Amino acid sequence: MNNVQNSTTASADTAQKKQQSRYSDAALTPPVDVIEDAGGITLYADLPGVSRDKLNLNVESDTLTIEAESDLVAPEGLTSQHTEVGLARFRRVFTLSKELDTEQVSAELALGVLTLRIPKAQHAQSRRIEVKVA
Amino acid sequence: MYRSLFPQDVFAEMDRLQRDMQQAFDLSPTIRGLARNGFPALNVGGTPKTIEIYAFAPGVDPKTLEVNLERGLLSIAGERKKSLPEADAKSAVHINERFQGRFRRAITLPDDADPEAVDAKLRDGLLHITVQRRASTQPRRIAIQ
Repeated sequence: MNNVQNSTTASADTAQKKQQSRYSDAALTPPVDVIEDAGGITLYADLPGVSRDKLNLNVESDTLTIEAESDLVAPEGLTSQHTEVGLARFRRVFTLSKELDTEQVSAELALGVLTLRIPKAQHAQSRRIEVKVA
Repeated sequence: MYRSLFPQDVFAEMDRLQRDMQQAFDLSPTIRGLARNGFPALNVGGTPKTIEIYAFAPGVDPKTLEVNLERGLLSIAGERKKSLPEADAKSAVHINERFQGRFRRAITLPDDADPEAVDAKLRDGLLHITVQRRASTQPRRIAIQ
């Protein structure tokens, strides 16, 4: 009896592993808000269940990559009945424009919401352009 | 007649098609609708002893979050503050995808849920509700004498 049970759990394990490897690169696209003002750009991203150490922000030349993993610990023997969030990984990539100062990016994560502030480079701050009437 | 042949709004048409597809896959939609794209997103599962509900509610102030259980109906309500500034000349909103405002979602719990033993935890914008199943309905092995 025990043997039978063991073999079934083992096969379930391998099935799960297969599924994991198959979807290992898959990620959800988190919804974002992007607001621009005179001083820079503010980005808000919804990352529910993500703790600080599972969040990975990367700026490389002009590409901003947000990668995160939610630490969802399901209790043992959980069978899913209804799933709207099917993956525990988030990923989104943005192309930044060159007037943004990527050295001065500040980030804050609170209640599962990431707030990113990317200021504009000093020399790119707004300047009013005079329109001459010919 | 001509209008139906040449849809005016391609996006509305695509929306309708998507809804049709969803309905085709979800064979038994409940009275509360298909509930996709709702806020907060819900995952529901169960173990032999508990019912586990995960509500993905990032950015919701715990003080505004209300979880009620009434006659077997679990409702999650609250408000998410808006992050967008008032429209003015100085700022521009480039992307606006996040939900804002008041929300309420309800799910029916199975009959064996114990309304006295509900536990809700909020961490990193993820609300985890655990409802115990009544002990009297747990499977029991009957000893043969």
